[in-house]
Amino acid sequence: MSQVIKIHPMEDFKERSRGVLNDPGQRKNFRGAMDFLQAKRRSQFPDQDELQGLRELGSQIRRYSLANLPRLLEQLEARLTANGVQVHWAQNPEEANAIALGIAARVKAKRVIKGKSMVSEEVGFNHAMEAAGIEALESDMGEYIVQLAGEAPSHIIMPAIHKTKQEIAKLFAEEIPGVAYTEDVDALIRIGRKVLRRKFADADIGLSGVNFCVAETGTLCLVENEGNGRMCTTVPKVHIAITGIEKVVEKLEHVPPLYSLLSRSATGQAVTTYFNLISGPRKPGEKDGPEEVHLILLDNGRTQAYADEELRETLKCIRCGACMNHCPVYARIGGHAYGTTYPGPIGAIISPHMLGLDATYPLAFASTLCGACVEVCPVKIPITDILVRLRNESQAKPESEDATLRGSGAGRTVASSAVWNVWAQVYGRTGLYKLASWFMSRGRALSPSDQGAWTRSRTPLVPAPKRLRDLLKERK
Amino acid sequence: MNATLNPTARAEANARSSILARLRAPATPAPVPLPDVSAWFEAHQRHEDSAQRVSRLRAALEAVKTEVHDTTAADWPDLLLRLLAAKGLRNLLIGTDTAHGAELEARQPANLELKRYTESIDSWRDVLFDEVDASLTLAKSAIAEVGSLILWPTPQEPRLMSLVPSVHFVLLDAASIHADFYSAMTAEGWKDRLPTNALLICGPSKTADIQQTLAYGAHGPRELVVLLRHAQAFKPGADA
Repeated sequence: MSQVIKIHPMEDFKERSRGVLNDPGQRKNFRGAMDFLQAKRRSQFPDQDELQGLRELGSQIRRYSLANLPRLLEQLEARLTANGVQVHWAQNPEEANAIALGIAARVKAKRVIKGKSMVSEEVGFNHAMEAAGIEALESDMGEYIVQLAGEAPSHIIMPAIHKTKQEIAKLFAEEIPGVAYTEDVDALIRIGRKVLRRKFADADIGLSGVNFCVAETGTLCLVENEGNGRMCTTVPKVHIAITGIEKVVEKLEHVPPLYSLLSRSATGQAVTTYFNLISGPRKPGEKDGPEEVHLILLDNGRTQAYADEELRETLKCIRCGACMNHCPVYARIGGHAYGTTYPGPIGAIISPHMLGLDATYPLAFASTLCGACVEVCPVKIPITDILVRLRNESQAKPESEDATLRGSGAGRTVASSAVWNVWAQVYGRTGLYKLASWFMSRGRALSPSDQGAWTRSRTPLVPAPKRLRDLLKERK
Repeated sequence: MNATLNPTARAEANARSSILARLRAPATPAPVPLPDVSAWFEAHQRHEDSAQRVSRLRAALEAVKTEVHDTTAADWPDLLLRLLAAKGLRNLLIGTDTAHGAELEARQPANLELKRYTESIDSWRDVLFDEVDASLTLAKSAIAEVGSLILWPTPQEPRLMSLVPSVHFVLLDAASIHADFYSAMTAEGWKDRLPTNALLICGPSKTADIQQTLAYGAHGPRELVVLLRHAQAFKPGADA
């Protein structure tokens, strides 16, 4: 029996996906980058037993941290405050930006230099700063490139992964005064270095994300290769760190396993160039470092995920990007098609809490449920189970006990729920199923040739001339 | 209490209590046991001697374009001066009141300007960014497994010394190498005494943000040079 499942995704998501699918250049960029990152990761885990043991440990640490999250956040706040760091809480992007703008106004800041921070993308930090007349400049090479191009990052670890060096060469030659066209990557990096070096020295505020917050010591850990993160957190007089409330661990000893999993899973490095542990502002007698350090803890829907035991697993994420690097859908449509700050499998399961399921449920359907993301996730998030759960939530009857999220039931239509009702009836009763399948197989000539999205790129589904039960009967 | 706060502070206090209340609302699921991190690292410990540790550290550092030179307590200043001359570096930033800084100064090197980090960065930022060629700092210890150098910047050797100059020399005592990150932080008792800023450094700054092509010298040092100081005589290598 064939079913035509009618899905109502955000049409622009489909539109964007088609755009990339029909662009051989972009597809080649993504395919090449994914193959590269997959091979790099694989080379870091030659020992399967070690990998599986470390994943289990990483998963336990994250699960333990989440189980104790409110207590750990209070401990973190107390320790950081004792260390001289000012802790702020924000429920949504508006509150987070208001806090940053408040600090900027107090110190009369004109320029903010930014280290890589996906949470700052999530809250639209740059836009909020620019609206207030403050320059917010990205200093991670990839982020600098996409900002110069007026774009958003297409990958959480490698923001400019969608661009070729030729495109970047052209961009630099057009946008940076006095720069001649060169495709030499070392030369391009030297150009970026030169431009941004002055900016670190001149900035009033440095903004960064955080990879792990350690509650027992009051420490912010930052993982990076370029040194721009250290610049942003050391050179300007004020450092603002912004992160999600889920990023806390209790003990310092919880950091080494997670750091190892993160760098090996993300970019296939045994270790990054820098691991930066910040436990306070400049102390009396110290000659550098910021005079003020602030931490903004952002909710933005994370507490909704937290409330549900199954969805809480989403918050274990350490943002390595391995799920997108191994996703057959991401590899074909790239990061921009998703239209969300976080693309790929993790984007599909975290974005509904930030933006509402009504705005994001089609992403949960943009998956083959092949499970590659689950296999590589360093903290064992059951991504496919959560995708199925979100699909169900999108079809749930509003106000029913199945609708637990903001925007639940947004994908439900009269037609689709009627179809599912009939399906449930037929598949739940043997007699009815026998009868229905008899009519389907005997009336196969009447199968419609237009089966909606299915037939757009596939041949129509036609029931078999004989049912399985008919074939078995013949064998007897 | 809220009545005395300004509107922003009031909003923040409200955000705090709302977030914590939402996190405490769900029924408590079965408690999750505290993960046993020490058991994992004990089970995965490598039983190796200090020479093996040194060679693992060296291999990991050299894999990320870091020069590693064996030297001794007596010879390292001369080695450093030779390397500076060979690289054509005109000046070297050193800390203040450090034993190794004094040893170097005692050599009264010709053709090299020694710069000292005596003032707060606020008074000489442009000089540091534009004029300093190289720096020398002491590593606290290192991690053999991944090749990371551990630096705890101090008022004598501040944070930016290992970041802003294009060439960074690190003096590392061979006896201070730990097997892995976990062993380093537990053996040195980090959780009770972390400084303002602690750093793990493995190699010169780098990026692969342009078409996954690795390029060294992103925003931090372009070159990292490790002077591995052995307490006793060691088997002479190319540098001896």
